[in-house]
Amino acid sequence: MTGSFDLKNTLIGYLLVVQEFTFLCSRAIAGLFRPPWYVREMVLQIDRIGVGSLFIVVLTGMFTGMVLALQGAVQLEPYGASMYVSRLISTSVVRELGPVLAALMIAGRVGSGIASEIASMQVTEQIDALRAEGTDPIQKLVTTRLVACLLMIPVLTIIANGIAIFGGWLVARLYLGIDSYFYWTWAFEAIRQRDIVLGLVKPTVFGFIIAMVGCYAGFYTKGGTVGVGVSTTQSMVSSSILILASDFLLTKLFMAFP
Amino acid sequence: MIVLEGVRLTLGDRQVLEGISFQVQPGETKVILGGSGSGKTTILRLILGLFRPDRGSIRVAGEEITVLREQDLAQIRQNMAMVFQGAALFDSLTVRENVGYRLWEQGRLSDEVIEQKVRESLQFVGLEDAIDKMPADLSGGMRKRVGIARALASGAKLLLYDEPTAGLDPINGFTICHLILRLKTKGVTQVVVTHDLDIAFRVADRIVMIQDGRIIFEGTPEELGGSQDPAIRGFLDPSCLPPEAREAWSSRDAG
Repeated sequence: MTGSFDLKNTLIGYLLVVQEFTFLCSRAIAGLFRPPWYVREMVLQIDRIGVGSLFIVVLTGMFTGMVLALQGAVQLEPYGASMYVSRLISTSVVRELGPVLAALMIAGRVGSGIASEIASMQVTEQIDALRAEGTDPIQKLVTTRLVACLLMIPVLTIIANGIAIFGGWLVARLYLGIDSYFYWTWAFEAIRQRDIVLGLVKPTVFGFIIAMVGCYAGFYTKGGTVGVGVSTTQSMVSSSILILASDFLLTKLFMAFP
Repeated sequence: MIVLEGVRLTLGDRQVLEGISFQVQPGETKVILGGSGSGKTTILRLILGLFRPDRGSIRVAGEEITVLREQDLAQIRQNMAMVFQGAALFDSLTVRENVGYRLWEQGRLSDEVIEQKVRESLQFVGLEDAIDKMPADLSGGMRKRVGIARALASGAKLLLYDEPTAGLDPINGFTICHLILRLKTKGVTQVVVTHDLDIAFRVADRIVMIQDGRIIFEGTPEELGGSQDPAIRGFLDPSCLPPEAREAWSSRDAG
């Protein structure tokens, strides 16, 4: 009896989470279409999320491209196709590795930062203070961060992609001795229009996930300072899983429309 | 100004308030007195519209707030300000930005006028020199005073205080008490939630005493002091309680 009762409560708990998350998302999206727009807060978040994440995104892109060049050359060498390594790098980076790795790094840095900041505000009654001052905390805190993530994560992904292809070129030129003209020609030749579209749709979806999961974890924090830690961890884990799952679904969806 | 009638609130599976009814007249300073966990802070949150009651009516300035949407509640809240127990200053803003927050958000006044109001409010609480500091650089007492300055600068006609002297040394507690009395002479309507008998008897026009989510007394400080109700006498002078009654109080508080 106890087991079935727990299962029932667990299911109700999950449904409540989905309900709360949907409510938060709808309120945040509604905030996009009505004033005030908190431009100053939005610019601050764009700076924090965009400029602040630039360094880790550049590093992630650089090492991803360099490793791909090394591993790709090893795989292609038996077929005498090492010079085509740039095709492998550019397609795998633009379609998959760039968006996913950049999003995972940003989820670690930005998503957990959003969760811990809002959670701290929640446990110190600052969210209630915002409401008491007549401010809608969802519009001020969530909508602004959502906009910043939707704008900056695609930009950061494009930068990560460019740096990864550049990193691949460094290894190809200096270590594998591949001609630069040949490398760049094949790198761009391999990228199709649909890859670019997919490479932009994915980071936009990932941006939504990072912002909303971080904000949700922060907003629904319970249990004082311990709760802040729990929310931060939950945000990181949930964002990462959702990014990987949605990456698969988006890839599958795009494959369905050749 | 505020009328509560038959308010009942349940949070989760715990009934927090039952049958709460009282009024706050314009210009009155009402103290809600009670032990920890008695539900007194919840009453402030209900008045502010942060919680909705399961049953009962709450009217603020003639408006029934229990049926209002969040956007309409935001309008009602423009006439109220709350001083939170931990001050709840916005960590990312300076003292100036905290105190002038509502005025800048409303965008109706020029920066010069807002700056003037911020300085006047900080002067009132004796913290004009802290205008450029961050909340993290302030002591507990200073944070509470900045919280009061924020409430003052907003121009609200109704001030709500949640445990304004909790965690403060006697001198800071006296300063806060003195500020509430000065606002009382200015005709500001105030609701003070506290378990501190000293501040309750100093500032109250009328006192509401809460125990286990129910009102057990309402009257003047003199009437409260003269009450022979054992529950009230026990709260006012715990030394007169038998040890088993004190233990029962502590375990109820823990529960």
